Amino acid sequence: MNIERLELLKSKLQQFEAEYSDTNGSPGFYIDKDSVIDACRVIKNDLGFRSCVDAISVDRFSKKLRFEMIYNLVSIEHNERIFVKVRLDTKSPAMQSLSQVWDSANWYEREAYDLMGINFENHPDLRRMYMPEAYEYHPLRKDFPLMGIPDSIPLPNK
Amino acid sequence: MGLEDKLSKDGFVTAKIDELIRYCQKNALWPMPMGISCCAIEMMAAAGPRFDISRFGSEVFRFSPRQSDVMIVAGTTTYKMAQVVRKIYDQMPDPKWVIAMGACTSSGGMYRTYSVVQGIDLFLPVDVYVAGCPPRPDNLLKALMTLQDKIASGDRKPFSIN
Repeated sequence: MNIERLELLKSKLQQFEAEYSDTNGSPGFYIDKDSVIDACRVIKNDLGFRSCVDAISVDRFSKKLRFEMIYNLVSIEHNERIFVKVRLDTKSPAMQSLSQVWDSANWYEREAYDLMGINFENHPDLRRMYMPEAYEYHPLRKDFPLMGIPDSIPLPNK
Repeated sequence: MGLEDKLSKDGFVTAKIDELIRYCQKNALWPMPMGISCCAIEMMAAAGPRFDISRFGSEVFRFSPRQSDVMIVAGTTTYKMAQVVRKIYDQMPDPKWVIAMGACTSSGGMYRTYSVVQGIDLFLPVDVYVAGCPPRPDNLLKALMTLQDKIASGDRKPFSIN
């Protein structure tokens, strides 16, 4: 990404108090979860990042702000990639669903809800993606045992 | 001399009815291909011209459980898929057999994790296990031959875990 575009990005996101952090050579921005939806509208409509190609949930396993969502955004017309990061609470991680901005975030957020237990408000269809619908746990959290909770998923009778 | 000699001279063959039925069963084992993951590729190779499963009378892969005799479970079985596998097994008419193909199916294999059933014998009676990841088509053919021997011997004891 060239310097002018980066400066433009920084100045546009200044009103949302975005905190710059380099992510493997691509620009990343930590944005507060309350203003993330407005910031993402600016990123999509004013800066041309039209596609959300991935969303990653992270369990930092820390006392405060344990969870993190990282959205991988691509602008095809400018050939650029940025990351938007949101820090989330330890006890009940929740944020506004970015599928209100990018439709493709729908299934990524369902996956994060299923495996990491992050709640997305105003999500159109927040159901589990992989685990059975009656399952009570979130397997990719760091305090989840590798072999799962015994007898938590029923098997057919022999 | 005996009745048998007299009959065979007249062009008849005698056999026990049980053995005759077993002979028919073992030489026309129609498989139900339960291809869940990569083992299914080897299962398809076994059905192809190079390995040619029809030499053993099992070339008729039926995609309906109601027309099948042996279910070849080929692939990693998750807890979610286990319900489906069992439901299909229940739809097969008796007598029926199960081949557990590959490491994942037999024991969970390298997937020692929360989502994978650690061996389908936890919810199905398995007749033959096939080792390998994935097993070569030869291994599957050997399993089929083992199953034929088992049927010929009249062993209908379901597999059980002690």
